Amino acid sequence: MESMGKVLVINYEKCTGCRLCELVCSVMHDGISNPARSRIKVMKWESEGLYIPMSCQQCQDAPCMNVCPVKAISRDEELGRVVVDYDVCIGCRSCVAVCPFGAMSFNTIDKKVFKCDLCDGDPQCVRFCEVNAIEYIDADDISILKKREAAERISIAGKEAAVLQAAA
Amino acid sequence: MPLDRKIAYIDLTTGDIQIKPIPLDVRKKFLGGRGLDAYLLYNHTEKGCDPLSPKNTLMISGGILTATCASATARTHVMAKSPLTGLLGSANMGGFFAPEMAWAGFHHLVIKGKAKHPVYIYIHNGEIEIRDARDIWGKSITDSQWALREDLGDQEVKSLVCGPAGENLVRFANVMTGIKNAGGRSGMGCVMGSKNLKAVSVRGTMDIKIARPKEALEYNKRFIDQIVSAKVNQTQGALGTPFIWGATNSWGGIRCRNFQYNQCEYADDIEPERIDEICEETMGPYHMTGCFGCQVHCRAQYKIPEGPYAGVYDEGPEYTSQGAFGGETDTPRAVTVLTGNHLVDKFGMDNLETGSLISWAMELYELGIITSKETDGLDLRFGNDDAVIEMIDRICYRKGWLGDTLADGGIPASEKIGKNSFDYLIQVKGMSNLHSDERATPGLALNIATGSRGSDHLRSRPAIDLYHLPEEVLRKIYGNPVPYDGPLSSEHTEYIGKPWQVFWQENCYMGVDCLGICKYHTTFLGATLPNFEDWSKVILYNTGLEMTPEEIWDVAVRCNMIERLFNLREGLTREDLKKGDMLNHRYFDEPCRRGAIDVVGKKIDKEKFIKMVDEFYEHKGLDKNGVPTPERLKKLGLDKEPSHLM
Repeated sequence: MESMGKVLVINYEKCTGCRLCELVCSVMHDGISNPARSRIKVMKWESEGLYIPMSCQQCQDAPCMNVCPVKAISRDEELGRVVVDYDVCIGCRSCVAVCPFGAMSFNTIDKKVFKCDLCDGDPQCVRFCEVNAIEYIDADDISILKKREAAERISIAGKEAAVLQAAA
Repeated sequence: MPLDRKIAYIDLTTGDIQIKPIPLDVRKKFLGGRGLDAYLLYNHTEKGCDPLSPKNTLMISGGILTATCASATARTHVMAKSPLTGLLGSANMGGFFAPEMAWAGFHHLVIKGKAKHPVYIYIHNGEIEIRDARDIWGKSITDSQWALREDLGDQEVKSLVCGPAGENLVRFANVMTGIKNAGGRSGMGCVMGSKNLKAVSVRGTMDIKIARPKEALEYNKRFIDQIVSAKVNQTQGALGTPFIWGATNSWGGIRCRNFQYNQCEYADDIEPERIDEICEETMGPYHMTGCFGCQVHCRAQYKIPEGPYAGVYDEGPEYTSQGAFGGETDTPRAVTVLTGNHLVDKFGMDNLETGSLISWAMELYELGIITSKETDGLDLRFGNDDAVIEMIDRICYRKGWLGDTLADGGIPASEKIGKNSFDYLIQVKGMSNLHSDERATPGLALNIATGSRGSDHLRSRPAIDLYHLPEEVLRKIYGNPVPYDGPLSSEHTEYIGKPWQVFWQENCYMGVDCLGICKYHTTFLGATLPNFEDWSKVILYNTGLEMTPEEIWDVAVRCNMIERLFNLREGLTREDLKKGDMLNHRYFDEPCRRGAIDVVGKKIDKEKFIKMVDEFYEHKGLDKNGVPTPERLKKLGLDKEPSHLM
């Protein structure tokens, strides 16, 4: 599978706070515009201009999965995601209570818990985010990218230090 | 369904609230947003009512596509009789308010009366209550919004507020939401203040069912691809609207020293790149932010780099603030522009009007028409940065003789100042012009002269006229969705064909304002961006309503006509310098002194200008006096107004 091992990576610094991800998420899943139905949610501190999109981390040792009293939540290794089996779910919301990221939500209209399902391998939030604040990439690549960014910072710092030294 | 969003009639005097559906036949005639607001204004205000009396009616709305899966449906529209002009008052802003109001169940609010003490309206999932705002009165635009969130115990609440300027009845006070999303021009915040209405707060989690979700989603993607592929939007997304400054100032389209020059010299410190540098230094590499669902992200974030407000966070500055606090006043320094921008955001006051009036007062001061007696000792010469900043504060709080005088708007101020001060006031219908200089661009001059809310660049400006597009491209744009085979010219200094372009743009902008979409997503700054044909599909996929591009065009023509009817009812006459479709004499008498070679020496030819207005009237279906012909009214279904369908 092409999408095997792929994960959602959020770079909140790039987020412009437009919330298009929330819109397309709810339209894609429910045919309805309503951010309350969105699996992704942009948390905002407007007075500082800070916007942080929050979504499911698809944890390996997922607290929602562990806490579920009827074992309705499991890991789908093929897509690297945590899924809810609605035939088994009793709607007790234990998973909502235990998720450390607030990524499991409860829909008060349909009376169901819901979370990110990675749109079965084609996450719409990623597709619509032109600034690439949300990306869907191989888990292996994340640390390489971060290494490269960190290395760049070290290099820049080194050059700046050299300039300062020369000026002194 | 988007179409099941409701309208609420709220009487602040009695506390009566009535919630009603919006009939489908009214939708088809006026769609929503500004168009339907114009219908409501005409039907719910009495002829000649005092704009600051409880009888004035304030409309707040989203468009028919607000919060659907269309692109950038972020706009909120506000309308009332203007306390600045006595004619049509109308303001439009981005942000997140209208979508939240749609999720709370409403598209339109009609607010009448006056509350006994400061109140705010809270709308939550179909329910409306009027709450005490006495503790919030007096607070700034942002402090008010955070206080409302505290009061309601919900950080997701979105509010539309008036600031100290609105409370102090500054005639050009804004309605605002977020940090700097401003419903500017024509004093809608002043109307809120006059009603003791501090804010409208909304919170909604109600479903909006999309008619054809798959198609809506795919079409939105296509729409976005088209929008972000336009160079103009890419530039805008990197630099914000300040990008316009660079080009416009270089050819000579910026008012400097009120109207003495058409170019601001020594302005490197407020060039878009310099502003961007400050944003990057204070906010980091990713410092652009966007309104709801918009991928253009044209709004910059910054902190004021130095001075008494150093370190304060704000958004912008827009092109308008560069002109208002840099160009017109001849104070082209970043810190002045950024500080001025922050103060008007904080006070909730129109930046264009404020800067324009200050620069007018500066010219009067230098001419000796006003003296240090009127300025209470303030040295109001051009180029005095501190005086600009001080005047913003004085206007908002009506401090001193001049602050209090200017707070009443240009025409009342000119009557109070007397002498020949009016001759220097750059306004149409009592509303000051943007900092742009239209002497070299007859099409743009016609636009500001005939704009329904006064001198304005957002009602009918053929901005793409400046691009010298080949005639066949112009024909493709301006020949749809209704045929046009009259003359068109690629030359922006020409008079030929401009009336049709202005008429077409007037309908295009009315279209987006009815849909609730931002103008950066249509034929405004980008010639390749979507209009009527695309809207027909977007409306269908999102609402299920079938409308041809021609039918949407007809709605736009109709809505513009009802704005015209309102203005005529309230006293518009064609050549009235204070209430008509006429420019200040300086456009005809004083040639441009700076700028590009084909701009220097240019002024508007009055005879040709009058002919343009004649032709524009013909397109609109107006007679020589600017009054609609009975045939056109009948054709548009407006022969029985006010018809009180709602």
